[in-house]
Amino acid sequence: MCGIVALFLKNQALEPELGALFEPMLVSMTTRGPDSAGFAIYGDEVAAARIKVTLRHPDARYDWKALANALRGVDAQLEWFQNAIVAVFKLSTDEEKVRAWLTSNAPDVRVLSVGRSIEILKDVGLPADISRRFGLARMQGSHIIGHTRMATESAVTLQGSHPFSTGLDLCLVHNGSLSNHNRLRALLQRQGLDFETDNDSEVAAGYLTWRLMNGDSLQKALEAALTDLDGFFTFAIGTRDGFAVLRDPIACKPAVLAETADYVAMGSEYRALVSLPGIESAKVWEPEPAQVYVWERQH
Amino acid sequence: MKTFDLSSQSVRELNQALHDQARALTEADWIVRNPGGAHSVACGLDQDLRVTIEGHCGYYCAGMNQRAHVVVNGNAGVGLAENMMSGFVRVRGDASQSAGATAHGGLLVIEGNASARCGISMKGVDIVVKGDVGHMSAFMGQAGRLVVCGDAGDALGDSLYEARLYVKGTVRSLGADCIEKAMREEHVAELRELLERAGIDADASAFRRYGSARRLYNFKVDNASAY
Amino acid sequence: MPQPTDDNLPPLRESATFDRGVIHEIQRAAETGIYDIRGWGAKRRVPHFDDLLFLGASMSRYPLEGYREKCGTDIVLGGRYAKKPIELAIPITIAGMSFGALSAQAKEALGRGATIAGTSTTSGDGGMTAEERGQSKTLIYQYLPSRYGMNPVDLRKADAIEVVLGQGAKPGGGGMLLGQKITDRVAKMRTLPVGVDQRSACRHPDWTGPDDLAIKIEELREITDWEKPIYVKIGATRTYYDVKLAVKAGADVVVLDGMQGGTAATQDVFIEHVGVPILAAIPQAVQALQEMNMHRQVQLIVSGGIRSGADVAKCLALGADAVAIGTAALIALGCNHPMWDAEYRKLGSAAGFYDDYHLGRDPAGISTQDPELAARLDPVAGGRRLANYLNVLTMETQILARACGKSHVLNLEPEDLVALTVESAAMARVPLAGTTWVPGRP
Repeated sequence: MCGIVALFLKNQALEPELGALFEPMLVSMTTRGPDSAGFAIYGDEVAAARIKVTLRHPDARYDWKALANALRGVDAQLEWFQNAIVAVFKLSTDEEKVRAWLTSNAPDVRVLSVGRSIEILKDVGLPADISRRFGLARMQGSHIIGHTRMATESAVTLQGSHPFSTGLDLCLVHNGSLSNHNRLRALLQRQGLDFETDNDSEVAAGYLTWRLMNGDSLQKALEAALTDLDGFFTFAIGTRDGFAVLRDPIACKPAVLAETADYVAMGSEYRALVSLPGIESAKVWEPEPAQVYVWERQH
Repeated sequence: MKTFDLSSQSVRELNQALHDQARALTEADWIVRNPGGAHSVACGLDQDLRVTIEGHCGYYCAGMNQRAHVVVNGNAGVGLAENMMSGFVRVRGDASQSAGATAHGGLLVIEGNASARCGISMKGVDIVVKGDVGHMSAFMGQAGRLVVCGDAGDALGDSLYEARLYVKGTVRSLGADCIEKAMREEHVAELRELLERAGIDADASAFRRYGSARRLYNFKVDNASAY
Repeated sequence: MPQPTDDNLPPLRESATFDRGVIHEIQRAAETGIYDIRGWGAKRRVPHFDDLLFLGASMSRYPLEGYREKCGTDIVLGGRYAKKPIELAIPITIAGMSFGALSAQAKEALGRGATIAGTSTTSGDGGMTAEERGQSKTLIYQYLPSRYGMNPVDLRKADAIEVVLGQGAKPGGGGMLLGQKITDRVAKMRTLPVGVDQRSACRHPDWTGPDDLAIKIEELREITDWEKPIYVKIGATRTYYDVKLAVKAGADVVVLDGMQGGTAATQDVFIEHVGVPILAAIPQAVQALQEMNMHRQVQLIVSGGIRSGADVAKCLALGADAVAIGTAALIALGCNHPMWDAEYRKLGSAAGFYDDYHLGRDPAGISTQDPELAARLDPVAGGRRLANYLNVLTMETQILARACGKSHVLNLEPEDLVALTVESAAMARVPLAGTTWVPGRP
């Protein structure tokens, strides 16, 4: 049970302020989710032949520099930087190669996200502390999905925190409680997917990855989710170009949307949106149950 | 006239001040500014007060209202006027889920749209919605009247008891044991009076009436699939 | 085993799977087309407190003298946020039972008895009656999915508010009251037509999930100016997570009801096959509270098959702050008393077996709305009987606590207990007697 927030900028002039606009949204949802928080920010996109990878290690004093030096064997031109407990690498290679290299050479390093634009940052603790830790207020980008977690049936750990990465530039956050995720996890594992936790939200993310891997569009994959996932959910999904929102047919978990000329914003409660500029005159509405909503920028 | 600014004062202070009026009415008119989506604004009132909220409210605005007249110049979150006993609540914008949930009396007017479960488990309240209502509205409605000038979503009146439903627009689907019923003179008159009290201009004879078929009142095995 | 009179025939052999009870039930289902509905809690044997024993005084542990050396029983509930916490003389409360399920006389008797004993009663899925509020010095007001009779006037008259997610007999099920018990008065209180079979919601109408429960609890506090403790009641299922979530949602007190907890009416399959024994749930709840540093800050009341002071003492030893009794309280009032045996037999039952609360024909006048039957229970006499029983429970608890060297019953601890069976040892997380082995623990 949790809080979800998302912000998609229609007006590119606001991109330098994305983090500053988003931080109060995330922090306002602390009561819904005091256990852990995270966000997936999209921006600083790398060129088509490159990928950006967000990594984390259980040891807060892990020597990322040493890892970077070793990784130069894969890409001598790699760039990297550290942000609190996370390290972001930009490499000219593909996801499979990076994962394979890490499995062999640094098996304790965890991959939080892979893509051209996405960076997933998450941790255990209060949303305000996590924002501060990662310097959210200074971040720039085109869109951002965030989550504050009140753990229900699984443990409060970083792995159990949202957003969950489901594929290149893809992520999912979830408010609700699924009821058939255990069998679904087993089915997906037999299809070759790996899971780190016993968390129901991770299963939802894995389900989407699987559908997309099998050629579904995001729209189709989310529509299939309505049949294959049982339980209560409001999902926000991040894509390279935008975000999507989906509520289950019973729709007990909340969701509020707000749109102006400058942005589309989403939150579990209207309270999450009050700090946004122009919110007083925004179009405010609730997404219908069992309906896929997608906002993407056109290229 | 007393003004409260929720950007600098707390909901607790506001509600305490309003509750204190139940013991001694010293101030009948109140304005609440900058609600900013706060929850439980003006809940538990029990006095002849007029409270105007300038902006959007969060959950349970005017919850368990008695006697007071509350107006929200904005939208309202989940459970607007839930369990209201008497009095009047009006929202100029939209109301989120479960508006008027389990309310026993009074009048709730929603000038925009209401979301899912409008009037769920209603126990005597009158609800008049100028716009649409979402799915499962009037679910297990026991008593009272729900008037919808727009459209109703799926499963209207599912598992209905004795609440009376009037809808002018389309009904996406009816819930278990909810059927359309004849609009007789007395229903048109009842509806006209409700619309008048709500201050909404609509032609009562253009509405259809829905109510319980009463087949689920006592268990019969042949109705098992309805459960 | 029944034997035919002819010596040449072999003895009759009953199937353990399709015994006479099961055969009867299948044939009843075939005749009526409806599931079996009954009252009471789970009747089959499950690991319970009888499987635990106290380690009394010895060379290393010294007992307290009875009477002179005090063994305190007072408790305070709900100090976390409320201005007016609940103070009780004994750690035994009366669980929520509705007027509608029970007669008005029974509710009054419960109020009288609890007040004499210095403890609380709880309203049920039907609202607060004047009789109960009038007689019960401390009254907990239940806030249920149905919201029958819910109103702010009664909310303010209550001493605490209990938000009910579920109960042990039917975690995930709503209330049930059949037409014959929906009399004029019950119908009026619940805003239902007289004589209908009440259908009840299983989820709350305006919140689902602990994140939204947190907002609902705040609303209830706001309406009552933060005066009253908020209890959250759950049936025992995924107790470890549920208790943590209840605390996160803002509960002052958690009420935990095991599968043996009673109901006035629900489906037999629900009672017997959903939920876990209270024995297995208490340690989960205590662990959850301890991990959050909330043990004794958020109090834990447990229920479901509490019968004697031994049960009470064992609950406290496992870490509960108090217990609630429902079925036992009704039995104390006279439910299933042998004096009504002939009448039970007319109903197809017998004294000691009767569980058809849902039919509303209770010869003891307790779980009925029939005025003639209800008149059989004198609320004053009933109140005295309940007070006597509560007194015995308290004294028994003290006897056991003193034997373990405790000057207050809340000082009982898990280390005072051992188990007789592997299952009970594993569930209660105490060692098998004579060993240091707790199955399932490293």
